[in-house]
Amino acid sequence: MEACPSIKNILLLDSEGKRVAVKYYTDDWPTLAAKLANEKSVFTKTMKTNARSEEIAMLDNYIVVYKFVQDLHFFVTAGDDENELIIATVLQGFVDAVGLLLRNEVDKRMALENLDLILLCLDEIVDGGIILETDASVIAGKVASHGLEGAGSLSEQTISQALATAREHLARSLLK
Amino acid sequence: MAEPLVKKDDDRDDEDYSPFMGIEKGAVLQEARVFNDPQLDARRCSQVITKLLYLLNQGETFTKIEATEVFFAVTKLFQSKDTGLRRMVYLMIKELSPSADEVIIVTSSLMKDMNSKTDMYRANAIRVLCRITDGTLLTQIERYLKQAIVDKNPVVASAALVSGIHLLQTNPEIVKRWSNEVQEAVQSRAALVQFHALALLHQIRQNDRLAVSKLVTSLTRGSVRSPLAQCLLIRYTSQVIRESSVNTQTGERPFLDFLESCLRHKAEMVILEAARAITELSGVTSRELTPAITVLQLFLSSSKPVLRFAAVRTLNKVAMTHPLAVTNCNIDMESLISDQNRSIATLAITTLLKTGNESSVDRLMKQITNFMSDIADEFKIVVVEAIRSLCLKFPLKYRSLMNFLSSILREEGGFEYKKAIVDSIVILIKDIPEAKEGGLFHLCEFIEDCEFTYLSTQILHFLGNEGPKTSDPSKYIRYIYNRVILENATIRASAVSTLAKFGALIDSLKPRIFVLLRRCLYDSDDEVRDRATLYLNMLGGDGLVGETDKDVKEFLFGSLDVPLVNLETSLRNYEASEEPFDISTVPKEVKSQPHAEKKAPGKKPSGLGAPSSGPTSAGDAFEKLLSAIPEFSGFGKLFKSSAPVELTEAETEYAVNVVKHIYDGHVVFQYNCTNTIPEQLLENVTVFVDASEAEEFSEVASKPLKTLPYDSPGQSFVAFEKPEGVPAVGKFSNLLKFIVKEVDPSMGEADEEGVEDEYQLEDFEVVSADYMLKVGVSNFKHAWDNMGADCERVDEYGLGVRESLAEAVSAVINILGMQACEGTDVVPSNARSHTSLLSGVFIGNVKVLARISFGIDGPKQVAMKLAVRSEDQAVSDAIHEIVASG
Repeated sequence: MEACPSIKNILLLDSEGKRVAVKYYTDDWPTLAAKLANEKSVFTKTMKTNARSEEIAMLDNYIVVYKFVQDLHFFVTAGDDENELIIATVLQGFVDAVGLLLRNEVDKRMALENLDLILLCLDEIVDGGIILETDASVIAGKVASHGLEGAGSLSEQTISQALATAREHLARSLLK
Repeated sequence: MAEPLVKKDDDRDDEDYSPFMGIEKGAVLQEARVFNDPQLDARRCSQVITKLLYLLNQGETFTKIEATEVFFAVTKLFQSKDTGLRRMVYLMIKELSPSADEVIIVTSSLMKDMNSKTDMYRANAIRVLCRITDGTLLTQIERYLKQAIVDKNPVVASAALVSGIHLLQTNPEIVKRWSNEVQEAVQSRAALVQFHALALLHQIRQNDRLAVSKLVTSLTRGSVRSPLAQCLLIRYTSQVIRESSVNTQTGERPFLDFLESCLRHKAEMVILEAARAITELSGVTSRELTPAITVLQLFLSSSKPVLRFAAVRTLNKVAMTHPLAVTNCNIDMESLISDQNRSIATLAITTLLKTGNESSVDRLMKQITNFMSDIADEFKIVVVEAIRSLCLKFPLKYRSLMNFLSSILREEGGFEYKKAIVDSIVILIKDIPEAKEGGLFHLCEFIEDCEFTYLSTQILHFLGNEGPKTSDPSKYIRYIYNRVILENATIRASAVSTLAKFGALIDSLKPRIFVLLRRCLYDSDDEVRDRATLYLNMLGGDGLVGETDKDVKEFLFGSLDVPLVNLETSLRNYEASEEPFDISTVPKEVKSQPHAEKKAPGKKPSGLGAPSSGPTSAGDAFEKLLSAIPEFSGFGKLFKSSAPVELTEAETEYAVNVVKHIYDGHVVFQYNCTNTIPEQLLENVTVFVDASEAEEFSEVASKPLKTLPYDSPGQSFVAFEKPEGVPAVGKFSNLLKFIVKEVDPSMGEADEEGVEDEYQLEDFEVVSADYMLKVGVSNFKHAWDNMGADCERVDEYGLGVRESLAEAVSAVINILGMQACEGTDVVPSNARSHTSLLSGVFIGNVKVLARISFGIDGPKQVAMKLAVRSEDQAVSDAIHEIVASG
């Protein structure tokens, strides 16, 4: 337990257990097949619960905290000796940041249309298993600021304006 | 902005809509050509990168050539000034994890970004570069990284620090040079920077105990702001406590006040971390535990599932070592049994089962029954196991626990779950005599409607052994015969054997059993018919004279006296001929290994898998083996066989261990020898025993081993006479003597001529514990009161300075060789006194019970009061003698 808290994986699955975006930080699941099997097991073992707020389960000696929003299932996994509240904080940061970035229209369709934001969001939360940031507004701010042209920094605009710009810009681009 | 509700309805029309529908790797790779356009369209490039990342995220892989092409194309995008695109470029490079020669291409671009005025560029360029770089490049950028660590922008500082943590694994010598900057960053006002800096600083110094201790000392005075950093500090502090507690035996535990102050922190994660750290302190006292338990108790009634889970999981662990400390939380825990979250409910139940007292069992059972129906099998198994150990702890409560087990046995469940229940019932039947009849009845009910052949046959076998010994055996016949009518061939055959066992043991039932067995003669399966014919013949049901009573019982209940492996080999080698297969030709020599496993001390028969006669089965095998040797046949009944004692080191030329067989007036040493040299054949192997340090023993017989080929174990025996019924002790030194013959391993033939040789073995002792059989009683108090104080002897002894109370208790139990009852061989840590309840059977078949109270004082002086009750005053005295001389 002397080690730094570490995250094993973060999963964002849809209501059928299919991947929207996933990120693994350890070799606990070395192959694609092992990863998919893990996602299936986590999904089926939690799908019956009603996780509108953060829920938690012990699955195969891992701690999984999860939360469902519309048709999206968010999961954060860590080792069984980890502090549950730290993992829950990471999950909360992820869910809330996605909520900010998608302007509260959190569902599978919006997540896929703004997949670049989701991937950047994952990149800003955890780096190689180490927690980088847990404050949702900071995470969202860091992701959204990239949507601004030029060198304008975040402080010059309010976060909500920045978010608006980012979303319009990216959603349009993917829809063609 | 559309209303979410309205939007949801819209979605129904195109539910499967996805911007990536029909996406294909080849096409996207073609699209990636836009990266090479002279006039870059940032928006379109971002979109293509997103598609590439989508493919990778779905598990698609790029070939080496494809990855290289994409990588080179992506590097062109550094020309664009679009920050959004740049950010996607960073992400893409990390995902592609380029090779060393490719890294060089982007190095200069990334280094430019590292010095950019834009914080976002600096932070991300550092993370990308550190991810893909190797040691040589690192020295070039080291200067920038050191600056970045103390950068005033927290995002940049964190990026550099986290990269440092990763680089420490590959390039420790470089990262260690940054420790001044990292130390400065620990003082940062930004929460996350402080967290990352502390993690890196600790990892740099983790092998320097003194430095870690200093770090903890300075930080615990209170300059840590971030809750995450505070959690780290708690972890490091408990490490320091763990390492220092070895030195400071007396006085207050260092830093405990710091941990306690963290229990009042405003962040819940810090409170939890501190509470858990306190509960995990080695040798924690109940006084130290109290404040931690109090905060965990508050968490139990939190509205957040994560918090309840964390608290109940911690308390569950505490309950294993300090059940009393957790009892205060029992009421809160009971309300968690109905928790929506099944992980929490299961943890709550198993905790309650550990901490509950006898009076709360019934109430608990009632609550659990409601809960069992809606949890998964894996949770149910955990609960069943907890209930089994609870029942062994409180044997008087067997009735309600047995009822519970039988009711869940009737409900739906998978094989593993049902097996766990059946195993538990079997264990309870074996350990609690009062529970037998009820338990057998529940098992009978179960096989009336059991979908698992394995469980049915196991239960039938068990029923055959136990059923005839009950007060009204005839009531089981119906259940057994129903199997013959209703089930598949495997179960039918098994049921036929069980019927035969009833017939063999109970004469009054014999005629009825014969009727049933004769019906089985017309069964469609030949195994069933064969068995029926065999048993009818044996029991004399055909009007012929059956086998003698003893032989029948031997055949039906005796354990197979040849090892299955040997039997299998012999059957394979048997060729069909005039001469029938004779089981007595199967070698009985047992490889020494299986014996060692079977006789492993303290191993209890677990469930159905174990032979029904339990621990004595190996003893039966020994007894048969020994009584077959004429020299030893006059020694009477074998009292006890010890576990094998190794007399050679592992991996020597000859491996020898000894089993001590104790008779009333004799002892026989069985030397199991294995020759591990392929080039040698040993002949006339004897063990020369020097018993000069065992005065009461005199050698009466020795049975040499004629030949000992390579890797085929054999036994040599030496027998001694000793005073009748006296637990004589002594030390024996051994010398292995033999004739060596050279063997050509390719031909397998030995030379004619041999050379005499000898081999020194280690000494062993016959100790008092060899004269004691470990036989437990289920209800010690009952047995103790029944025994009465007629032959009681009580005395007090000083044991001198011992390492700990637990060590003293286990030493005394080992010297006596008795069975600890009701789990009293386990001493709670930090206990100052302890009472052990022991039972056993002493040589001469005298039941012995002992109650020993231990006490320990400050300088670790241990004293004990030993009270022995037995059926014979001489034996009670002998037990005291063992302690007095041991």
